[in-house]
Amino acid sequence: MSALRAAVVIFGKELRTEFRTRELLNTTVVFVLMILILFSFTMDPTAEESRRFTSGLLWLAILFAGALMLFPSFTREQANDTLDALRMAPVPAFAIVLGKVLANFAFLTLAEWLMLPVFSVLYDVSLVRVLWQMLLVFALGTLGLAVTGTAFSAVAAHARMREMLLPLMLLPLLTPVLIASVEATAALLAREPQFDLTWVKILLGFDVVFLAATYLVADALVEE
Amino acid sequence: MSATPVPPAAPSFSTPAVLRDARPLGIEFREVGKRFGAFWALRRVSLRIAAGEFVLLRGPNGSGKSTLLKIAATLARPSTGSVVYPGAEDQDAAIIKARIGLVAHGTLLYDDLSAAENLRFFGGLYGLADLASRVEAALVSVALSDRRDSLVRTFSRGMRQRLSLARAMLHGPGLLLLDEPATGLDQQAREWLDRTLESLHDAGCTVVMSTHASEAASAATRTLWLSSGRIVRDTAAPASAEGVAQ
Repeated sequence: MSALRAAVVIFGKELRTEFRTRELLNTTVVFVLMILILFSFTMDPTAEESRRFTSGLLWLAILFAGALMLFPSFTREQANDTLDALRMAPVPAFAIVLGKVLANFAFLTLAEWLMLPVFSVLYDVSLVRVLWQMLLVFALGTLGLAVTGTAFSAVAAHARMREMLLPLMLLPLLTPVLIASVEATAALLAREPQFDLTWVKILLGFDVVFLAATYLVADALVEE
Repeated sequence: MSATPVPPAAPSFSTPAVLRDARPLGIEFREVGKRFGAFWALRRVSLRIAAGEFVLLRGPNGSGKSTLLKIAATLARPSTGSVVYPGAEDQDAAIIKARIGLVAHGTLLYDDLSAAENLRFFGGLYGLADLASRVEAALVSVALSDRRDSLVRTFSRGMRQRLSLARAMLHGPGLLLLDEPATGLDQQAREWLDRTLESLHDAGCTVVMSTHASEAASAATRTLWLSSGRIVRDTAAPASAEGVAQ
């Protein structure tokens, strides 16, 4: 079976499981919204301040929520040794990781779509004019987060102190994604919105490099 | 006046139809050792199990039975030596994996999926044709068709174990590895397991099973006794538990 087809089967299983329990989605959405609401209460930024500073806040919230959401990707496969069942299936190891990357990307994207209207209202920032560009930037940034986070959650699943280990490994590595996403978002939120292709290309490059790296080390990621 | 309680109907088990197209697969361990840190779970085990044999693994806890099964299932790599699969057209990992079924200590099932969803998911990963009918046949064979849409988390230990067996047999494996499969099964289910394994063996499937109990092993043709990571006895025909002391 091809890696893509197997990944789609695993992606379907992840969606079915998550939409049945909503454990990760509920936690992530509530976490992100709480950060946005608390920050707006404590800082009460003007529209101009929002345009300048909130892209950083937005992406930090997504980053922390992502670390929270991505952690159980592989640890919950340990409950009934289901990872063993996946590893015994005649599918490439990359398919297992890819299926989970796709699912995490979908969950994070959904959380962001729920978050953006709230952000727009709380921080008095209109997203209508730049919606498609914003969604593209978010998609690329989120893909980088999902690929890297899923790969590292596989590593952390075998480690002691794994709850601490994932953020410690993940956050420094995601600095390029964070910087590029924040800059691209800030340019879109400016008084004169700009779709800065330089940052978009950096995001795209990061995604391609880390997806390729994950493909190369997939066997090591899922083995015992 | 209260009505007399009616006991629930006993489930009826059948031999899975999905097993009839299994092609037997043998396995050979060549000087296999497995080390966890400083501890050797297996020490230079050399062993040939021919296609179609029914082998019991016996031995005390920590003797290396589960490690041997994990290596046979491609879930663990030997630290030393190698494993080959005589009877496989190719030693490619995907081809070998497609012909192995495993019932392990864990159920290898998703608690938040129903019985049918679990089987459909794993059948999808194996790229099985006629998946719907295979799933239905597998559920009928383990007497779980009436609970096909119930979440696994609502199942008793015995029902989980039966579903675990159905999952392991869904793709018609030529080599079935079972790690104490009778755990959690009641007498009726144990008898079904015994019959199923017997019919598997009759169909030519290779069966390797670790067990403490002797009930579900009447069809076994060979018994291997393990101790401290070594095979210390290799006897023909099933042997009873007193052999451990010998």
